[in-house]
Amino acid sequence: MTTFEETGPRTPVVEPTRVDKVHPRAKLRKSVRVILTVIVTFVMIVPVLVMIMTAFKSRADIVTPPPKVFFHPTLEGFLYLFTDRSVLSPSNLEAERAHPGDLNYWQKLALSVGQKINGPSDYVGRLKNSVIIAGTSTILSVILGLFAAYAFSRFKVAGKDDLLFFILSTRMLPGVVVTIPLFLLYKQLGWNDTHIGMIILYTVFNLSFSVWLLKGFIDEIPIEYEEAALVDGYTRLQAFFKIVLPQAVNGIAATTVFCLIFAWNEYAFALMLTSEKARTAPPSIATMLGSGGLEWSAIAAGSLGFLIPVAIVTFVLRDYLLRGVTFGAVRK
Amino acid sequence: MSQNVSNLKDAAMYPRQRHLSNRAITNIFIWPTLALLIAMNVFPLFYSLYLGFTNYSAIAQKAPVWVAFQNFSTILNDKNLWQYFATTGRYALMSVTLQVLVGFALAMLVREKFKGGSLLTTLILIPMMISPVVVGLFWKLMYNPSFGFFNFLLGMSDPSKSPDWLASRLAGQPVPGLALLAVAIVDVWMWAPFVMLLVLSGLKAIPDYLYEAAAVDRASSWFQFWRITLPQVAPLLLIAVLFRTIEAFKSFDLVMGMTGGGPGVQTELISVDLYRIAFLGQFRTGYGSALAYIILIVIIAISNLYIKYLNKSKGEG
Repeated sequence: MTTFEETGPRTPVVEPTRVDKVHPRAKLRKSVRVILTVIVTFVMIVPVLVMIMTAFKSRADIVTPPPKVFFHPTLEGFLYLFTDRSVLSPSNLEAERAHPGDLNYWQKLALSVGQKINGPSDYVGRLKNSVIIAGTSTILSVILGLFAAYAFSRFKVAGKDDLLFFILSTRMLPGVVVTIPLFLLYKQLGWNDTHIGMIILYTVFNLSFSVWLLKGFIDEIPIEYEEAALVDGYTRLQAFFKIVLPQAVNGIAATTVFCLIFAWNEYAFALMLTSEKARTAPPSIATMLGSGGLEWSAIAAGSLGFLIPVAIVTFVLRDYLLRGVTFGAVRK
Repeated sequence: MSQNVSNLKDAAMYPRQRHLSNRAITNIFIWPTLALLIAMNVFPLFYSLYLGFTNYSAIAQKAPVWVAFQNFSTILNDKNLWQYFATTGRYALMSVTLQVLVGFALAMLVREKFKGGSLLTTLILIPMMISPVVVGLFWKLMYNPSFGFFNFLLGMSDPSKSPDWLASRLAGQPVPGLALLAVAIVDVWMWAPFVMLLVLSGLKAIPDYLYEAAAVDRASSWFQFWRITLPQVAPLLLIAVLFRTIEAFKSFDLVMGMTGGGPGVQTELISVDLYRIAFLGQFRTGYGSALAYIILIVIIAISNLYIKYLNKSKGEG
């Protein structure tokens, strides 16, 4: 009797080949497909490229028709975004220009558009608020979510499916609907326009997401590891901290980053519940006014603060993106 | 089952060791989360149900007065609100349909692996993650008829002949619906990649032998698409559709960044109007709460479909 080794191909077939994919026409089709993909991708990211480009245009270059593809790059937008300036009168301008030696780069840049830097703009403080609120709320929602996800994954919980359904359903609520009663509640508590109010709100906002996503990750860790640890004399808590957490570290990292991005991007709650002290970056970028309407160069510079983190995250988390955007419902 | 076994083992091997029972751990682990969700989501919902039956205003110094169903009957008889609901529905239909078509096409395009393919796919996914209000603002600049890139790249560089998208005007003539379409286009740009991602995951799960069998039988690619690809991807596509429909009904950030409801009320989606009622001008909190409840019922209806479907597909998988 002949074995497979005797009759089969001399070298193992490494590349999976489908019978309908070896025809020359199929190969031609493939190269057409590749070229088409490149073109389509380019079209899809043109707005992103324009966004980056606009951030480095001067105010004048942005509003001159037709839009310029080639231009002299400048950091004017960042100057408008981060500093509070006043217009100099011609005589003061002359006086300032007389000794340019003592000025730093930004002061010179301001001087070149006839302005003087008075100090940092409100936006700097709002970015700080964003960092504090997004950071703290993310840590809280991941920690709380981790505990809840572990319990849901490993223990018998009465009405588990209903509870999980309830947790998910809170995320489906439209922000505007929840905000009206919260606004009144916060008014009673004195929490409107405070960091603590926003941190708690964002924690809850991300909690349903983090429970669902983390439960998916913990479900994938074989229960036998913990059982072995329990047999070895670990307590449940020790097993959780020493066995499960290290195994789930990728999932925890992915969840953390998603929560951070959601909190960083959030606009509706911040618009309605904050005004000055705790206002975050997204609602303030929308009101970036200059002389005669919206200050486009500042807005474009500010939008980089949302584009760059997201671009990095998309690349780092590309394998988890599907799980993230579907609450862990779709895995692969 | 396996937990019970380990419990038995625990009890048998370490009878005197003091540690928390599983039930205690469960409670300690779950209740902080549940308590927060109840305090911040359930309580407000009941509170706003009550407010919906009052004429309360958050800025008036008066206590809420019970007006029974007056708010609800006013809303249901308000032609403007019906119009905003209809606008929201049109917007949802437009953007979800386009997203499915574009997303599906993208998925079919990038489904086969080639060198650098995953890099391109990842690039396409970036818009989905950017803050919608920033996207809206930025596209407002893109759509500008004189110095925006949108018309320019489409080859319509003469402002007097090209559309002014966000003003709903074409060559000086008003074209109703253009602004809503413009918002939908941006939504499609952001979220078609989401549909692509889901469809791709469905495509990956289709076993190769189905196509091989079809090829052996000399089935046309058209036939293969309708009889193999589409039915196999349908469950995930449905998830994508429901998910995006819910989001479209909740849509707020994008429109606020781009048009703020204008021109006139052409892009006044229902959540934008709710914001206006409850948080601007007179702060009609009671009336707004009633409207919020009506929106909520619509969204719960869609969400239920979604979650039902999700559970079903999970049970199969």
